[in-house]
Order: sequence, then structure tokens, then C-alpha cells
Amino acid sequence: MTTAPTTPPDSRSRRRGEAAIELLIWLAGVSAIAIVALIFFFLLREGINTFLDIPLRQLFGVRWYPIEDQFGLMPLLVGTFLVTIGAVVIAVPLGVVAAIYLGEIAPLWLREILKPLIEILAGIPSIVLGFLGWVALAPIIQNLGAPTGLTAFTGSLLLAYMSLPTIISISEDALYAVPKEYRDGSLAIGATQWQTIWRVVLPAARSGLVIAVMLGIGRVIGETMAVLMVTGNAANIPNFGLSMFFSPVRTMTATIAAEMGEVAQGSLHYSVLFGIGLILFLITFTVNWLATRLVGVEGARRQRGGRL
Amino acid sequence: MQPKISIQGVYYTYGDGTEALRNVSFDVLPHEVFVLFGPARSGKTTLLRLLNRLSDLTDDATLRGVITFNGASISGRSVDVFDLRRRISMVFAVPTPLPGSIRFNLTYGLQMAGMRDRRVLAERVEQSLQQAALWDEVKDRLDSSAMALSGGQKQRLCLARSLALEPEVILLDNPTSGLDPLSTNMVEEMLHDLSQRYTIIMVPHSVQQAARVADRAAFMLDGELIEVAKGERLFLHPQDQRTEDYITGRFG
Repeated sequence: MTTAPTTPPDSRSRRRGEAAIELLIWLAGVSAIAIVALIFFFLLREGINTFLDIPLRQLFGVRWYPIEDQFGLMPLLVGTFLVTIGAVVIAVPLGVVAAIYLGEIAPLWLREILKPLIEILAGIPSIVLGFLGWVALAPIIQNLGAPTGLTAFTGSLLLAYMSLPTIISISEDALYAVPKEYRDGSLAIGATQWQTIWRVVLPAARSGLVIAVMLGIGRVIGETMAVLMVTGNAANIPNFGLSMFFSPVRTMTATIAAEMGEVAQGSLHYSVLFGIGLILFLITFTVNWLATRLVGVEGARRQRGGRL
Repeated sequence: MQPKISIQGVYYTYGDGTEALRNVSFDVLPHEVFVLFGPARSGKTTLLRLLNRLSDLTDDATLRGVITFNGASISGRSVDVFDLRRRISMVFAVPTPLPGSIRFNLTYGLQMAGMRDRRVLAERVEQSLQQAALWDEVKDRLDSSAMALSGGQKQRLCLARSLALEPEVILLDNPTSGLDPLSTNMVEEMLHDLSQRYTIIMVPHSVQQAARVADRAAFMLDGELIEVAKGERLFLHPQDQRTEDYITGRFG
């Protein structure tokens, strides 16, 4: 009998302590939202002139020559679009298949080696990858017959590589969350492992996989330094066709990074760069919104029991 | 009569040295309800999973002894394990329908086996639901989610999912766990009808249930088979003291 009976704290002081903790939690929650809102308003304040001073037709024009006050964003939008699409097309199948291998097929000992390696991959600074792309990847692309090694495709490859760890580890979590009973149930009535993965496990993990892909896309759209180094920095729209991917382009992020240091604060050019930031913000916001909507609809449909 | 399934001198040892089964031997005859009972961790479920080689999924365990199905060994590389699992189908303790519609759950196994004929699929859906006494309750909502069914309905759906394959043997691992008395009764009454067409090996929920449904029964304890006999004989006149202690409720 060593413990003294604990006296119940005075109920008023307890209530006060409770209130203080609630306030703290409220502050933490609200500040997170407030900071996002403040960033948005800051972007809006600095960038709004873009949309007020430049006629929309010119803003979405095809000529980006800031020195001549030509601020056509189309080349940058196309550049970002090309690099992102390329990266997604490469990274999503590769990432999801890798996650399937890790989660469903690889023996335990191999999984224990591969998983940490993938996490290390996520930790490589993007500038290092950019350097690698510039020195090692670009010459290979050029040898394949592209006019230069610094192309949208080079950027896509690098970005795919960069987003892979995100896609793999979140996809694997999604697969892991699929109840073992689904697999057992499928195998117990004679389905093969591949049939089980394709018809039961993947559909059941679909919402998690969508999130993995969306976060991967978010990583790709926002990445700056590596694409700045390997995409060739040419703010023009390549001729339409598959060869687009093998032309030098310039992304929105790279434009901000490359030109921010040289603009006079308060100038139109300055505010256009912020305007680009604003557009990027809206794009990622839309991607996230789409992701939650897709997942929401998916979840609701499963509840109602539509075919998967 | 040739036994449907014959188990001879089976030892099953996990990688860490735990012996899940020790020298187990018995035969299961065609069209009987064979009950495997005993306290928790006595090896009943392990044995069931060996019979259709779901145990293949457990890495790092070794099997010694022989298990035959219709006289032929089920071990070895030359056996088509997917075909085996269609012929010896398993229903689990926790009824977990596959995520999808009721119809999907019933046609999935057949489709994976390569069955494409829509007419046959529709026939099997109705027939298996009839056999599992679920048809009247779900015939109007075959395309709605299987997840929305009640526990008892899910269990009968999981049974129907196996029946749709027209297997030869059905392994039932505690099929009435978590069911209310009414649903339990329903499942138990179904068993004898089903044994007209199939051979049933079942791990029961309780000794009482074992006594109610068993044509023959086997008592297992700590991975060993203690006694096998006809139902009435085993439950009324057990030969082994341990069997008697268990069924009279002295332990377990």
C-alpha cells in the first residue's frame, strides 16, 4: 500500500484546465487554416494586378517575353502540362505495380530490404536528382535522337522518379488496409493470386490508390529545381505531336524560380510571377478537391453496392 | 467405400518449431457431416486449411504425412491447387463477402474458373442461393451490395459462394460464430440437406452443436487426434477420459 489516494482536483480548476486545452487545440486547428488563407491572400494581393492589368487574351497568349512586356502564359501552362502528364504516365503504373509487388508478392525478407530503400529514395534532395538528370540522363536522351537532351521528357523521367516513393508507399498502405479475409475468401474459391489482386484487392484499395496518385501529381506539379535544370528552359510551345515531349519547355515553377531574382518589386513582371503562383495554387487545390470528391463518390458507391 | 478424404500420419510444424498437428490420421466418408471439435488452438482450423491447401499461404511451415482426396494425394507440384480449392471449398468463421454485389460474390469463383455462359451463371446464382436458404430474402436485390446484408445472411452468402462452384467437399470453419440462435438453427438444418450432395467437414461452435449435427466426429486436443467415432457413440459413450472430460464440460 504505497499509493496515496488521489484527491479529485477541484472541479472548477479542472474545468478551467479543460477549457485551456480546448482553446489550444482550437488555436492549432485554426492557425493551420489561417496560414493557408494568409498565403492565399498574400498571393492574391501581389498577383492580382496580373489579371487586372493584362487583358485575358494577352495573358493566355503564346508569347512569353517579359522584357517586351509580353506575358503570355500559354507556353508555361503547356510546359507544366507536358512534364506533368509525362511523369504521371510513367510513375503511376510503375508505382502501383511496385506497390503490388511489395505488398502482395515479395517474400518478407525482400520487403524488409526494399521498403527502407524506397524511403531513402524519397529523401534524396531534388537538386541532386536534377544534377544527375543534367549530367547523366540528358546525354542519353540526346543520343536517342532528340535535338537536345534537355526536354520535357527528361523532366518527366526525373519527376516520375521523384514521385515514385510517394506513390509506392501510399499505394502499399492502401493495399495493406484491404482485409486479409477478402484475399482468403477469393483464394478459397479457387481464384489465383493474380485474379485475386486484379478483381478483389485492387478494387477494394481503389480510394487509397487514387489518393496515392493525386499526391504524386501534387509532388510533380510543385517540383521546381530539378525541372529548371533539365527541361531546357525554352518558353515556347512545341509543335503538336508526340515530339512535343522531346522538345525543350519551361514549367510555371521553373519560370518563377528563374526570374524572381531579377524583377523589380512592384513591377508588372513581379506581379505576373505571383499570378503564376496563384494559378499553381489553384491547380493543386483543384487536384486535391478532385481527389477527395473521387474518393467520396467511390466510397458512397461501394456503400450502395454498385459493381466494382 | 473409398473415403472422400484420407489423412494419414500428418504432422504440421511451423518455422519456429511449434507443432500444430501431431500424427493425425482419419478418413472422411462421402456424404457425411464430419465434425472436428476440441478446445481453441487444438489444430482444427489448421487442419481444415491443409485440406484445400490454403495453408500454402503460410510461409515457412512443413507438412509430413499424406492427405488424399478421392484416393489421390493433394500435395506436390503437379496438383492443380486452384481446381482443388474449387472442389474442396472453404467457408470461414468470420463471414466476409467480397466487396461488390451479391451477384458478383456468387459468380466470381465461376468466372475465375473460366465460366462465361451467362445462362449457366444465372442458374448457379439461383441454385446456390436456394441451397443456402437465402434466395427468398435477396432475389430482388442481387445487384445491391453484399456488405449491406445481416450477419446471418452474410454467412449464408459465403456458403452459397462456395456452393455455386458445385464442389465435392465443403469445409466449414465455425460457420455460426456470431450468429443469433435463429440463424444458427437455419444453418444447422441446412447441413443434412447439403450432405445429400456434398461431403461436409465442419468445426462447430460448441460441443452441443457438434452433437446436434455430426454423423461422425473427431475430438482434437493440442494438435493430436484423441478419438474418432459415430456422433451418438462419441458424445454418449466416449472411450477416452479426455474426450469425456471435455464434452461434460470439465475443461475447455
